Parts: sequence; C-alpha cells; structure tokens
Amino acid sequence: MYNKIVQLKGETNMIKKLFTIITSLFLLSTNNFAERPLLINGAGATFPYPLYSKWFVEYTKVDSSVNFNYQSIGSGGGIRQIMAETVDFGATDGPMTDEQLKQAPGELLHIPTVAGAVAVTYNLPDINIRLNFSPEVIADIFLGKITKWNNEKILKDNPDINLPDKNIVVVHRSDGSGTTYIFTDYLSEVSVEWKSRVGKGTSVNWPVGLGGKGNEGVAGLISKTPYSIGYVELAYAVHNKLPYGAVKNKAGNFIVPNPTSTTAAIASKRFTMPEDFRVSLVNPEGKDAYPIAGFTWLLVYKNIKDKAKGEKIVKFLKWAVNDGQKYAEDLLYAPLPMDIVKLVEQKIRTIKY
Amino acid sequence: MKKGKIIDLIFKITTTVFALTVVVIVILMIYNMIKQSMPAFNKFGLKFLTDTIWDPLAEKFGALPFIYGTIVSSMIALFIAVPFSLGAVLFLSEIAPEWIKEPVSFLIELLAAIPSIIYGLWGIFVLIPILRNYVEPFLAKYFGYLPFFKGEFYGCGMLAGGIILSIMIVPTISSISKDVFNSVPQTQREAALAIGATKWETIKLAVLNYSKTGVLGAIILGLGRALGETMAVTMVIGNCPKISISLFEPSYTIASVIANEFTEATSDLYISVLVEIGLILFIITIILNVCARLLVWSVSGKLKGKVIE
Repeated sequence: MYNKIVQLKGETNMIKKLFTIITSLFLLSTNNFAERPLLINGAGATFPYPLYSKWFVEYTKVDSSVNFNYQSIGSGGGIRQIMAETVDFGATDGPMTDEQLKQAPGELLHIPTVAGAVAVTYNLPDINIRLNFSPEVIADIFLGKITKWNNEKILKDNPDINLPDKNIVVVHRSDGSGTTYIFTDYLSEVSVEWKSRVGKGTSVNWPVGLGGKGNEGVAGLISKTPYSIGYVELAYAVHNKLPYGAVKNKAGNFIVPNPTSTTAAIASKRFTMPEDFRVSLVNPEGKDAYPIAGFTWLLVYKNIKDKAKGEKIVKFLKWAVNDGQKYAEDLLYAPLPMDIVKLVEQKIRTIKY
Repeated sequence: MKKGKIIDLIFKITTTVFALTVVVIVILMIYNMIKQSMPAFNKFGLKFLTDTIWDPLAEKFGALPFIYGTIVSSMIALFIAVPFSLGAVLFLSEIAPEWIKEPVSFLIELLAAIPSIIYGLWGIFVLIPILRNYVEPFLAKYFGYLPFFKGEFYGCGMLAGGIILSIMIVPTISSISKDVFNSVPQTQREAALAIGATKWETIKLAVLNYSKTGVLGAIILGLGRALGETMAVTMVIGNCPKISISLFEPSYTIASVIANEFTEATSDLYISVLVEIGLILFIITIILNVCARLLVWSVSGKLKGKVIE
C-alpha cells in the first residue's frame, strides 16, 4: 500500500515537471515567432485549388512576409463567406448573381485568374479513336433523347468509327460544382430545350443519368461502366487517362480541349469583355476555341478595410495574373491572354485600402 | 476524510456538468435546426414531405425521394446484415473452436475501422462491376418476376447502396451481439443440455431467448449508423432523386443530398431546405429509435420468468 502511494506521488511529480516543460516550451516558441508573416484567409472554389495552392507556395518565395490560407470548400461556401466577411477573399467558378452582389456589405470585384475546360469523357471498349461530338448530340444525350451509341446523329460526326448498338449510360456530378456550372451553362447556350427544361447551375435537376460524387466519383463510374458518358475537368481526364472527345465549336470545327484551345476561348471574348468580368466563356466565336470552358474568379472587396492586408492582396493579385500565369499550363488550366491581363490589372488598380 | 469528501464533490459536479452538456448540445442543435429551417417550412409546409421534384434552380423542393431512399437503403442493409452478423456471432460464441474465435472476431471488428470513403471507392471499383456483371443479371433471371429486380443493370443504385451499408453495419451489430451472447450464464446452457436439448435447441432456448433485448439494441445501433452514413452510400447509390420500386435503379439518401449540395448552396431558401431535410433525418432517427425501444420493452416484459423455462 505504502509503496503504491510513493509510486503515485512520484508520478504526479513527473506530470508536474512535464507540464512545466511543455508550458515553457510553448511560451518560448511564441516569443520566437513574434514577427510572424501576415495571414490572409481565403475560401471557395475547389476547381482551381491545385493551381492556387501552387501559387501560394511559390508566392512565399516572392514575399515571405505573407502567408495564404485557402480552404477549398466549394464556390457556394466561398461566396457566403466573403459576403459574411469571415475571409479576406473568396473564390468561385460561377459568377455571383446581381442579387447576391446587392446583398454584400460592400462592392465586390470578380478577378478572373485562369480558365478551365470541361472534357466530355466516355467509356467505349475497343474503340481507341477520339470521338467527335456536336453540341446537339451532347444536349440530346444528356436530355435522354439519344439513348443508343449507334444513333445516326452520333454516327454522322464519327463516320469512321464502328459504334456499338448499346444503351448510353449517362453519368453526371451529384455534388454541386463549378464543373457542372460550366457544363450546364454550355448546354443552355446550345440547346433551347435544355435552357427551358433544366437550366444552368451548380446543381440541376438532371433528366437522366447516374450521379457520381466529385470528379473522382464520375471518373470512377465511367471507367467501370462500359458504354457510359460524362463530363469531368480536363485535368482530371488527362491525369486519369480517360478518353475524351473533340467538341464542335461555333465556327464548325471539332476542337480537342487543352490549355491552348481554352485560352483561345478567352481571347475570342476580348472585344466583348464586360467591365466586371462576369462573363461566360461557353460557345465562343473563335475558330480554334474549345467551347466548354469557363473562368474562375477571386472575389475581393473594392474597399479592403484592413490596410496591411489590402496592400498584400493587391500585390498578390498583380503577381497572379502576370508571373503566376506560367504555372497554369502544367496543371492544365488556361492562362489569360495578354490583352485580358491588361484589363484585369486595371481593375486590380482600382482596389482601395 | 475531509479531503475525500471534497474530491467526491468535485467528481459529482464534473460528471453532472458533462452529462448536462450533452443534453444542452442536443437541445441547441434541435433549436438551431428548427430556427434555420423555418423559411423553408413557411414556404413549402407539409407538402415538402410529399413532393417528389427536386430542382434547385427553379427552387422547387420535395423531400420524398430522399426519405424513401434513406429508409429503403437502410432496410436492405438490415435485411442482409442482421442474419449475417447473428449467424457469424453465434458460430463464434457457441460453435467455433477456441483458436478460430479471436482472429475471426478481430477481422469483423476491423471492418469498423475502415474509413467510409474507402468503402465508397471499393464500392465503385469492385462491388459495382460485380453487381452489374453477375449479381443483377442473376437476380433478374431467377427473380425477375418480382418488381424489385427489373430494369437496366447499372451496378450502382439502391442495391449497391444497401449492400455497402450492410457491410458497414456488420461490425456494429456483431460486436455488441457477441458481448450479449457471452453474457449469457454458462449455467443456462448447461441447464438446457441437461434436459436433453440439442445444440440448436440450446442456442434457441438458452442463448437467443435470453439475449433478445441486447440483440435488438445492437440492431438499433446498426440501423442508426445505416441511416446517417453518407460518403460510401453517396459514391454508389447513383444520386437520382427518383422513387422506383426496382432496386437496380439509382436512388438518393438524405445524408447524401446534404453532403452533395450544401457546399454550393448559395440562396437562403436553398440552405434552409437542406437544414430542414437534415431535421427530417433527425426526426426519422428519433421515431425509429422510439419504435425500437418500445419493441425492446415489450419483448423484455414478456421475457420475465421465461428464462428458466
């Protein structure tokens, strides 16, 4: 009994010692980091997250006095959080609506950073040639009006391919996403029926098909379901070696999605770019432009209340649309064309802090 | 002595605070959910429960397909997991030789430690192809006259969701039932054997009869997990808000729609609708738990005096 008490006492002493050591370590460490870098918080879109995280790492090499913390919680969350002013910047793949902009406590700016393409991907066993899709065909497949692979409308665009007499299994995203926004934006643009029956948005009421969660869910279902078709971000299709089709653009050419053809889509809007950059890139005029593409934006207030943060944010935005653009292509995002960069820079200069 | 009393008092206060915290958190949760779902409730009223259209763009919301999907997928899970877990546990506690008991029950419990996203990926890459290529054609061929087994073979759908859930709740049901069966006094079994009962009769009379309540409790816990499971189901159920009697067709659960759409919901009404549908899941869980509790009470009431029968 006595022994046990002694042992217990010994243990409490040890715990006390440990506690002191830990506390002093903690105090010491806070002292050491008295000059911590300024933390800037952002939240929003998942679509550009790989690029943004690359940027934030690279940018610390340019300016080590600032640290970015970005949470990829989805565009909807990004819009909500910047409107509630709980973050210093938001990020979104679908532009904010006029109503949302009115509700925001201050004037919000959309700063386009890069553009992304959405690829139409499919699983056709034994067919290794890239398929061609015209806009009507894509719309009819996702409306459930074309149900067989050997439908004559598909055959018309792919005369050399022996398409099977199999039912098409349509796969779409089940979670709300910028990818879905761009894809449904495109379908609304090219199909009157889609526009009136379904519409464009981050989640829509799909007429047909299976829903997969996330790019990985859609890619997984497609790769495991013969005769299926769906859409994923270009980067996802390329990295997972999924086959993806060429899509006929407004000029009538079948275009394969890649950063160059997506940048061409931005470039074709250069004369019609609205002042606030809230523009859809789908179905553009350019003859080399891939038609299923969209901007992704950072959302910042025109008047940033915190002077120190405002200065750093503006400096970062300028870097992102200039030096930052060179990281885009490796990650399969489309960099902004030079003349658009000029316009965006002008907009960034209007930010006050 | 005095010091001991103080410690007792401190102990009493701390434990009371902890217990009350749980109650307060639940009350706050309910209050918050009700408050946040009021805009949706005012707009749609009780029709929300019976409408079947879910169109976020047109702001038309009906929860019935999700309620249906949640309940049916959980029922499929119970239908498969209950006999499976009870059979496995009876084997382990009554029949299996010593050396096999530990490794097998360890493996069953290991199932509980697998993250649900892993189940989901396994579902997509392994379960769905098996279902599409073998199980669904088989069911359609031999049981195709039943309305449950009609339609295209997608692989993913209600059946896949139910099967994934059943695998996930097996460890819950079996580990609790195992403890229940082990708590049956050895004398019960010996008594049954002494009056000439066979192995099966012993299990039926002495073990199963004695442990009804406990096993029901285990099933309730399993059901609770099935109702609320999100990630794995979302990945395999097909996520279509449609009600169809065929288990081959895609479906949707409440937990899945919240996980899928909450991040991108921007309008206040949309968020309110998602909170309301969460509240409905909460209510379904409470109703099912109350029913099960009543069942347990009625069973355990009858049990008195029957034990030594």
